Amino acid sequence: MALDDFDRALMTATQGGLPLVPRPYDAVGERLGVSGQQVRERLAQMLESGLIRRIGAVPNHYRLGFTANGMSVWDVDDALVDLLGERIGQLPGVSHCYRRPRHLPKASPGRSQDAESPSGGDGVQCTPTGGIYWPYNLFAMLHGRSRAEVEQQAVQLHELLGSACRGHDILYSTAILKKTGLRLRQSQES
Amino acid sequence: MLSPDDARLLERLHGDLPLTERPFADVAFEFGWTEDYVIGRLSALLESGMLTRFGPLFQIERAGGLFVLAAMAVPEARYAAVTAQVNALPEVAHNYRRDHALNMWFVLGTETPAQCAAAIARIEDETGLSVLAFPKEREFFVELKLPLTIGEAHGA
Repeated sequence: MALDDFDRALMTATQGGLPLVPRPYDAVGERLGVSGQQVRERLAQMLESGLIRRIGAVPNHYRLGFTANGMSVWDVDDALVDLLGERIGQLPGVSHCYRRPRHLPKASPGRSQDAESPSGGDGVQCTPTGGIYWPYNLFAMLHGRSRAEVEQQAVQLHELLGSACRGHDILYSTAILKKTGLRLRQSQES
Repeated sequence: MLSPDDARLLERLHGDLPLTERPFADVAFEFGWTEDYVIGRLSALLESGMLTRFGPLFQIERAGGLFVLAAMAVPEARYAAVTAQVNALPEVAHNYRRDHALNMWFVLGTETPAQCAAAIARIEDETGLSVLAFPKEREFFVELKLPLTIGEAHGA
């Protein structure tokens, strides 16, 4: 389902936010030369199709007191990762949960880690990792009011994964460097 | 921190702004507030940085696009300069500093895979650093509604 011109114009007009005025949809329509009703109808279609996840407030977790934001990463047995990922996604406090490719150094024969580390994701080219060994294939974002709270959540995850988990890490964010959300490029490179 | 009114308002407006002519008036009515009050609260929350944005969240993958998580190991001495280089690309939707050898994690959002590859190539070119891409292979869950009002179950 490719974007048509109206989709793109509407996304470009609203990706930075809706105007906080009594009639926000009319205000957007005015900028695009269409009626507010046309704007609302198209937004409703976009919600329906999933192109819009939601229309509302995008909070700054830090400012709201959720100062501990840990990206927990897990090295999970490939045979079980999908089953366990579904379960982990259901845990409270987990916001984003994905399976992603591992990045392992190019296998050299006889390396002991080859036995326990299958190659990265399906057909994903492992780029040179600059010496970084990244065995983790399951990512779950954890949010808490303190790191202790996040550690608690990680303990729960670990228990759920059980022996399918061969290692994990938690990467805490220490600064938001940018948070604008999607921005379509104005000029479409053909 | 949030006032009780702000917490209630954000709980209500996590994702269901009415698609009506006067959505803020309709939400105000639910709480027994005025439209002006709701608009004023939201403006203040944006102003103070409690909210980064108020509007639609796009899932570009539904239109053939993609979001790709990527990471770099940035030398500490160049961190600010590399941040500026990476953030300058409109394709970079979010960027976080994290405690790890891979100390910069960003998300690229593009309409096509080719645009994503071009953005990665450009970042590698401009910074001289390798970008490790972590494309989604499967999504298990997205979108947590954090409990903002006291006493609510976590992650409800």
